Amino acid sequence: MSTTDAPGRCWVFGDDINTDYLAPGKYMKYGIDAIAQHCLEDVEPRFAREVRAGDLIIAGRNFGAGSSREQAVEVLRHLGVRCVVARSFAGLFYRNGFNLGLPLLQGPAATEAPAWGIAPGAPACLDLEQARLQLPDTQQALQCQPIPPHLLALVTDGGLVPHLRKRIARERLHSAASNP
Amino acid sequence: MTPRTLAQKLVGRACGDPQVQPGDIVTCRVDLAMMHDSGGPRRLKPHLDSLGVRVWDPERIVVVTDHYVPATDEDSARIVRIARDWVREQGIRHFYDEQGICHVVTPSHGHLRPGMFAVGGDSHSCTGGAFGAYMFGIGATEMLGVAVSGEIWLRVPHTIAMEWTGRLPGGVCAKDMMLHMCTRFGMDGGQYEAVEFCGGAVRALSMNERMTLSNMATELGAQAGLIAPDATTVQWLQAAGVPGDALHDMAQWHTDEGAPLLARHRMDAGSLAPQVSAPGSPARAQDATAFAHERLDIAYIGACTGAKLDDLRMAAQVFRGGRKAAAGVRLMVAPASAQDQRQAADEGVLQTLVDAGAELLPNACGACAGYGANTFAPDTTAISTTARNFTGRMGAASSRVFLGSPYTVAASAITGHITDPRELLA
Repeated sequence: MSTTDAPGRCWVFGDDINTDYLAPGKYMKYGIDAIAQHCLEDVEPRFAREVRAGDLIIAGRNFGAGSSREQAVEVLRHLGVRCVVARSFAGLFYRNGFNLGLPLLQGPAATEAPAWGIAPGAPACLDLEQARLQLPDTQQALQCQPIPPHLLALVTDGGLVPHLRKRIARERLHSAASNP
Repeated sequence: MTPRTLAQKLVGRACGDPQVQPGDIVTCRVDLAMMHDSGGPRRLKPHLDSLGVRVWDPERIVVVTDHYVPATDEDSARIVRIARDWVREQGIRHFYDEQGICHVVTPSHGHLRPGMFAVGGDSHSCTGGAFGAYMFGIGATEMLGVAVSGEIWLRVPHTIAMEWTGRLPGGVCAKDMMLHMCTRFGMDGGQYEAVEFCGGAVRALSMNERMTLSNMATELGAQAGLIAPDATTVQWLQAAGVPGDALHDMAQWHTDEGAPLLARHRMDAGSLAPQVSAPGSPARAQDATAFAHERLDIAYIGACTGAKLDDLRMAAQVFRGGRKAAAGVRLMVAPASAQDQRQAADEGVLQTLVDAGAELLPNACGACAGYGANTFAPDTTAISTTARNFTGRMGAASSRVFLGSPYTVAASAITGHITDPRELLA
């Protein structure tokens, strides 16, 4: 059975939103709270101040290009972003997203309209298992590419750390059972 | 056996199934995990402690401090201190403290060799592909997974061949090839697949120049940037201390004739002019002459991309004969490793740069990472040998950073505006 979240607002961005925009280098020495205050400040200064838990990011091609710094994902999680829907993701960012429990959806390539015609601020509900976005304002549904099963399992666990914790506990249980 | 790509062979070896096909999801054993002070110990330690486990194999881990060194304040000093304490705590012997940038330090100490499967906690870890190793960058949490298990999942990549025929003209180098490819194919042209650089012009490159190509495979959006090993590779690695018997079986590490490729792009090195990328993206390159009107405040020679021994040599070649940086241009040089700097000093290359007015900076990532040290002031115009010129990366959002080769940056420093180095090398 699939579940649909309460609606969040869409923040709309263009192509090539890079990791230096998401987690600017000059703040990388600080904790996540400080970095998050500057998330996307060179692109949309309102974002870090006004984003609310449950909001979504809608973006163009190559979202997360650049660095391996996973604070670029962590700031979005920290600010409460529910999901990023983009035309494509940089591969390294894509792996980091699932490792840190931030679901990423690749939107349909066929539609040419920027951001699939989604207006900034539009409310949207996410159905992650179905990889679908419902837009109540326009009665539109955006069908994205399904998340591969091993990544859906990772993001459902909350990311790689909880996933590892489960695995290590299982292994310990197993070795305790075989060495009574 | 059916013909296979180099990427298939490398991943096939690491996952124990030589028949893997592009698109398969496999689990690979990791031969080497490299990490630096920013994404490494500082991020791993709290999680390892909370999971109550140690690293899977301290002998297979290399730790390098390069992002926050030399420390400039208490925050950065604390981050570097964590790395120093952590390697001791985990029994990690391969620790290079303030010796230079991880992508240069790791191979030059003999840790990489053809056939390996390796990960690095930095996006430019694809530099290792220059040695015929499957090496790619991962985030810190994924590195935690490797540190705990010695394994990582991978979607077996397709291969995009970048074939360069002909011969590079004088004053044109690997950096120009790369800026051209980024612009022609875009920063997502690599589609997170494996790119393989091949052809006569690639085989003719020195090891350092091959490293520049592989290094920027990430700017092409590829996961790995491979180059089949040959005599050049073997010679360089032997000099780096890799024992000869670890380098025998090299012939297998190449793409078989007829192996399926996602694409093969052919380019002619002979017709390439020095390239310069406009501020904002490495994928905005044109011939250097297109930007001749741009006056400069800074000429920056640094980073794993652009300050290795051969990069320093190229710059020095332009400054030779007593040429100096123009008045008002700040020439900054941050050699990529202490070892490269020593060799450059022995050859007189370093003296040429200093005589040209270079301000010598530490062997570290410096302004390239934009993490604090020597970053650019508002409204600065710079040309740099580094890999990325995203808005605000190397300093203020209003600073403008052009990218070029060591030849081009040196020539531009001398004239004070962006210059085709062939005007000075002729």
